[in-house]
Amino acid sequence: MTDPTELAVILGTVVLAAPVGLVAALGLPSLVGAPLSERATDRACRWVIASGLLATFGVLGLMLATGNRHVVIDFGNWVSIRHDGSKQGGHAHYQFAVKFEFDRLSVPLVILSFVLCGTIATFSTRYLHREPGFNRFFVLFAIFLAGMVTASLADTIETLFAGWELVGLSSALLVAFFHERAAPARNGLRVWVVYRVSDAALLFAAVALHHMTGEGDFDKLMGAEPWPSGRASLSETQALLVGLLLLVAAAGKSALVPFSGWLPRAMEGPTPSSAVFYGALSVHLGAFLLLRLSPLIAVSVWFAAAVVTLGFLTAVYAYLVGTVQTDIKSALSFASLAQVGIIVAEIGLGHWVPFLWYVALTHLLGHACLRTLQFVRAPSLVQDYRALENALGERLPRPSGPFFGAPSRVRAWVYRFASERGYLDAILTNYVVRPFVLLFIFFDRLERRWTAFLNGTHELNNTPAGSSVPKSEPAEREA
Amino acid sequence: MTYQSIPWLEIAVLLPLTGAVLFGRIRDPLTAWRCCLFAAGATLVCGVASWVAWEAAPDGGGAATRSLGATVFSLDALSAPLVALIALLHFLTVLSTTRTGMNRFPVFWLLAGESLVLALFGCTNPWVIGGLLAVGTLPPYFELRSRGRPTPVYVSHMGLFVALLLGGLAAPTGALSSVLVVGAVLVRSGTFPVHAWLTDVVENCSFGTAILHVTPIAAMYAAVRLVLPTAPEWVLDGIGAASLVTAVYAAGLAAVQSDSRRFFAYLFLSLRSLVIVGLELHTAISLTGALALWVSVSLSATGLGLTLRSLEARFGRVPLTDYRGLYAQSPALAVCFLLTGLAAVGFPATLGFVATELLVDGAVGVNPAVGFVALFATALNGVAVMRVYFLLFTGTRHTSGVSLNITLRERFALLTLAGIIIGGGLAPQLYIDSCYRAAGAILYDRGNASAF
Repeated sequence: MTDPTELAVILGTVVLAAPVGLVAALGLPSLVGAPLSERATDRACRWVIASGLLATFGVLGLMLATGNRHVVIDFGNWVSIRHDGSKQGGHAHYQFAVKFEFDRLSVPLVILSFVLCGTIATFSTRYLHREPGFNRFFVLFAIFLAGMVTASLADTIETLFAGWELVGLSSALLVAFFHERAAPARNGLRVWVVYRVSDAALLFAAVALHHMTGEGDFDKLMGAEPWPSGRASLSETQALLVGLLLLVAAAGKSALVPFSGWLPRAMEGPTPSSAVFYGALSVHLGAFLLLRLSPLIAVSVWFAAAVVTLGFLTAVYAYLVGTVQTDIKSALSFASLAQVGIIVAEIGLGHWVPFLWYVALTHLLGHACLRTLQFVRAPSLVQDYRALENALGERLPRPSGPFFGAPSRVRAWVYRFASERGYLDAILTNYVVRPFVLLFIFFDRLERRWTAFLNGTHELNNTPAGSSVPKSEPAEREA
Repeated sequence: MTYQSIPWLEIAVLLPLTGAVLFGRIRDPLTAWRCCLFAAGATLVCGVASWVAWEAAPDGGGAATRSLGATVFSLDALSAPLVALIALLHFLTVLSTTRTGMNRFPVFWLLAGESLVLALFGCTNPWVIGGLLAVGTLPPYFELRSRGRPTPVYVSHMGLFVALLLGGLAAPTGALSSVLVVGAVLVRSGTFPVHAWLTDVVENCSFGTAILHVTPIAAMYAAVRLVLPTAPEWVLDGIGAASLVTAVYAAGLAAVQSDSRRFFAYLFLSLRSLVIVGLELHTAISLTGALALWVSVSLSATGLGLTLRSLEARFGRVPLTDYRGLYAQSPALAVCFLLTGLAAVGFPATLGFVATELLVDGAVGVNPAVGFVALFATALNGVAVMRVYFLLFTGTRHTSGVSLNITLRERFALLTLAGIIIGGGLAPQLYIDSCYRAAGAILYDRGNASAF
């Protein structure tokens, strides 16, 4: 008879292999120029997601039956370098372990990922029927699912980073899904830029953890006890340093202040991807990261305070901005962000009341399901409202805003603040992006002049035949 | 005669040289291209055979250099895979040449250049390396002249390079010699502020020649063979600092370019500077990361360059002044651009991921600020790649009466590169082991075996 632990490992491997298999099944035929038909794509999605979900339930059942709350699947070292003798640079060795864990935190999120992705995949086969980018959508969708499952189950920070990057790439490419317009491409780039900042912070945190503990394993870092009982093996200062880097990573991924500006821009993508990415899964990945590393919050009170502050700031900001949005997807995205802010604050408050980590997890799961439903319902809801108002012959009554009784000057200021989305986008654009772009455009002009000077040619004549000299730099215009 | 006693490396060096002499004068472009492809293919077979023979040798895989039947050429843990890599890059570049490009295909200089680079990577003697590096500057020069493009930028930089290199080799061993050779390496690697030649070559030579001239990163080889064994710490620190500045500067410039070739040049400049940063930190981990990144950057930059070259063959020079919306016309090229571009910046599941991780890890071990700046440069490069992807392939509807999709030969070349990049990314242990052995040999030569 098979040992339950072995069976759990086999099922866990199926959970991990399913989305990777889906990427291969959809991506490889496209790569050789023979993409699957819509019907085959639909079937592949259904079967693969269903098998992944059933396997996850299998693992959950075994965990409940055996009382084991921490099933680890260790694929060994992906890369391993071992030193002998004395070392330089503080390295004993380098290893990049591929380990996954099924515990109280990862199992609910994986089940949520499979359920929502399965629902949205089924919805999308109809929603995108005969759309030119049908195959592209599903390849990116499969990459997203693979990234979510990898990040959710990761037991090392490097594995989590790999999943994190896959989620980011698929998100940015799906924001720019509609290729025939410039706005989605521009917004896709914007999302990608914020994600790169977030990725760099996470990678630096991963490297810092490697150096502080010699390992990237969560087990070694947080102790072998199941979540959330782990104890971080870092000092308070180390926890604060790594924690702040992780907070930047989480802020970028979950659109927390000051990175919130990308969230409404991400609504350029198809509704199904907006629903599952920015209403449900992707936007919660930052909160998940903080939950996964909650033992760091337990160690450092300053880190906990930073998390709570950022969470509440984001919630208030998103609430104010969300009240003045005029399109349903933007309104939903800010409503979603407000809840994410509260979830993040709950995670930070877990420093004082650890039970709140469970509350945050439950909040996350419930919110993701509700918001997916709202996003998917949004286009038809607008249609229904229109039909209703036409039938009534007048506008439906609108509730008063939160500043109904406030003095008009205060109301005007708050309205302007909310309408401009807290000026966050403008601040980042004017004080970070624009100076950077203008500086490097200046350098580029100097480069061209220097080359022209050395070649003894006029600058414009030095431009090779066939290439047009730009009237204005595209990067400048983008900025 | 056994398989291992055949002088594969020498044959690999001589084959393209013979091909250059025999096929360089053929007038018919298609015949010349076919002959060139044959020579490059045979060279690839020999290059791979030399690597396999070296690995299979009784002492193969060790740190010591092993001669393969000749006194000039020899392979070691560093050069054995590089010889095969360079032969592959040349073969795929020739293979992916479109019919429109065959008319001005520089058969002689391409094959002669391949022979020179293979000879360079197959020898360890400083004077021979110096001579080959000096002669290796000629093919782009003659191509610039034959295309009627200005040469002063290239000549001034390469003149400086050759003068510093030969001066450094001639000077008595010591600080002066090290400084001169380091100066030569900095010029050849395109380190700020002596980098103008690289953008000039990429802009003005044919794209194929430019790719093959810059992607093997000959300067890295010169640094490993000529600088690392003897250079004092402060010299290495200087190179590292200059390369780090170049990595960020070039990444920033790549992110704002309005021309696809200049974008390629600056992106590549940034990536190769990161490789040199890892090299100059000379810890076992950073050096392993640098060597791994070297191969990864060469492969992915060649893939990216070939994709841009294929686009140019269809649409002419591709300015980045506005959205082009080419995805609908060339989806496979878009995917190849994305794959190779992201591999170049170390995206997960590609060859560059572990290499970048190792490099940053090694850098943080020496100085966290170096690691942070290297990560910043990598992040900027990622932004630059995606910006150009969006500009080239999305944003508008491009209509064309004829099919502009990828050809079978191009697809084979690009998918081969993509396969190696992703295959190596999914199973990197063998490749990292090989780099680690090479790093060990380099540190051993430096007398810094304790770092290994």
